[in-house]
Amino acid sequence: MNTPPRTRIVETFERLAAEGRKALVTFITAGDPDLETSQRILDGLPQAGADIIELGMPFTDPMADGPAIQLASQRALKAGQTMEKTLQMVRRFRTQDDETPIVLMGYYNPVYVYGNESFLKDAKDAGVDGLIIVDLPPEEDAELCIPAMEAGLNFIRLATPTTDDARLPKVLANASGFLYYVSITGVTGTRAPDVAAVSAAVARIKGQTELPVCIGFGVKTPEQARALAAAGDGVVVGSALVNAIAQTLDDGGDAAFTVHELTRRLAEGVRAAGQRAAE
Amino acid sequence: MAGRRSRQQRELAFMSEHKPNTFTGMPDANGRFGLHGGRFVAETLMPLILELEAAYREAKEDPSFREEMDFFLKHYVGRPSPLYYAERLTEHLGGAKIYFKRDELNHTGAHKINNVLGQILLAKRMGKTRIIAETGAGQHGVATATACARFGLECVVYMGEVDVERQQPNVFRMKLLGAKVIPVSSGSRTLKDALNEALRDWVANVENTFYCIGTVAGPHPYPEMVRDFQSIIGREAKQQILEAEGRLPDALVAAIGGGSNAMGLFHPFLDDAEVAMYGVEAAGKGLSTGLHAASILGGRPGVLHGNRTYLLMDEEGQITEAHSISAGLDYPGIGPEHAWLHDVGRVHYVAATDEEALEAFQVCSKLEGIIPALEPSHALAHVMKMAPEMEKDRIIVMNMCGRGDKDIFTVAKHLGVEL
Repeated sequence: MNTPPRTRIVETFERLAAEGRKALVTFITAGDPDLETSQRILDGLPQAGADIIELGMPFTDPMADGPAIQLASQRALKAGQTMEKTLQMVRRFRTQDDETPIVLMGYYNPVYVYGNESFLKDAKDAGVDGLIIVDLPPEEDAELCIPAMEAGLNFIRLATPTTDDARLPKVLANASGFLYYVSITGVTGTRAPDVAAVSAAVARIKGQTELPVCIGFGVKTPEQARALAAAGDGVVVGSALVNAIAQTLDDGGDAAFTVHELTRRLAEGVRAAGQRAAE
Repeated sequence: MAGRRSRQQRELAFMSEHKPNTFTGMPDANGRFGLHGGRFVAETLMPLILELEAAYREAKEDPSFREEMDFFLKHYVGRPSPLYYAERLTEHLGGAKIYFKRDELNHTGAHKINNVLGQILLAKRMGKTRIIAETGAGQHGVATATACARFGLECVVYMGEVDVERQQPNVFRMKLLGAKVIPVSSGSRTLKDALNEALRDWVANVENTFYCIGTVAGPHPYPEMVRDFQSIIGREAKQQILEAEGRLPDALVAAIGGGSNAMGLFHPFLDDAEVAMYGVEAAGKGLSTGLHAASILGGRPGVLHGNRTYLLMDEEGQITEAHSISAGLDYPGIGPEHAWLHDVGRVHYVAATDEEALEAFQVCSKLEGIIPALEPSHALAHVMKMAPEMEKDRIIVMNMCGRGDKDIFTVAKHLGVEL
């Protein structure tokens, strides 16, 4: 049995638990809409209220993502984003923030082509804490999940409405950091989750693991964030933030300012959930 | 002598490891063909493909499933397809005897229906009511729409916008058959994006939907299952060539996009060491131009659409666009079993350009009165290269996997003819 690595993710959830707060996990795609803007967005996220940051590694064929994140990937790639630039963004971020966890999220091929061993080493050295690789289910744990744990990174697992009780132990077996509960059957940023169904599912999962559970895939508004955060240990918001970036490209707004404003409002929603839960 | 002995020992060791089925014993329990294959899908889909695998194993063992398949293959598809001696083409090339396995005579005009029929019968067995499929040239989409019409199932076909434009006749066919055709505008708007979109649909409609994949790719068990359904081609060809010539052929030739027609022809012959095999990839405008669809000759191992295999991609692992005059070969990957057969050297992978395929298309039409699809025209282009170099008592079997009616507009355009 591998001991799960103690990363900034683990420390953050311990701190939040002590404060009686839920986590706001924000997703942006690295290099969207361009490297410089993306770095400004990333650097300002903790200040705006993000507790954990998921940084998307763009890919041409994001099979599990809806239109918003597909387009974000396309914008980033068009602007010349590479894996090295994504890692460089994390290194720069770490010069000013050594507390906020960063999770790299994406698909396996760009990692595999970079080389699994060098990727894990370079990511750890850059200050990455965890990985979410959408197309690596537990059946393929030998590929990257086990090596990632050995390299000191959390491999964050997704559980979905199709993950039944029989399968859940397999999903939890090598999971660490937190568990990402996918609140809908569908791709990111499409239908709205049913809070009652999600609450029941998360309660069922929490009966089988001590890992914090964060809920995502369709959380758009501060109200939804509050309702869903109350059901677990945190919420993940991605498509809504990425859509905000896209919107500024149309209306000429400042992408970093807009994303940080939305993050602030979402953080207020999540904090309200924490207070209510603590009462 | 010592060196020779040790080589024999090595071969024996190899054989004993791979016995009893040697080249036909793949994949392993995890869906691997050596390095390739596997189940690289999002968690939402994992329970579904495990369920599919269990249902397929059960169906495979059930004689009533086999009987139902055989009935529809015979009376609806029109199997067995003939093995035809292409006498005038043989004379023209002046070398090996050339036989066509005539899967273009199947209902719907291509080999695709063999696989679709199997998957649709399986879907029915599993109680699924909605079928989704991706299509490139439209042949798999037409086959799926056809079977869905026959069995009264809802059918949704995803097709890249670019392909919708260049394959209008097949789009209309699918609509006539009652299918809903959804043009895909994401990514490069071709077959790979249609596959992405079908996977997104499946994730969102897990309860009632069956994903009918058109080729020997995707997550396990699809590569194995589609191969099994297509292997009827090779099983028939083997029996037919033994009847016609009293021996096995010297070479098999088939075109490769994802590789289902080739896999279907090759698989029953894999353990017949005397039979050489050639998979012909689309070289597009030429391998050196970068504008091609040759995943093995011009790609590297990577992970896409649920499996590891050879892929066309840039140095960052971003998938690049495939180019071919044939929409059916225009895919930046290849089935994982082909990737493995390449790695172990059992099958030779070669390529033919757009120009060579167009030439073969015309030669075949004029000499044999058979208008081939552009996909098997690539196989034929390779036959035209190899047959003249072979003795007259040698035998080649080529898979004529589709007919060319759908391609006459594309060909006319390339020949500068206005219709």
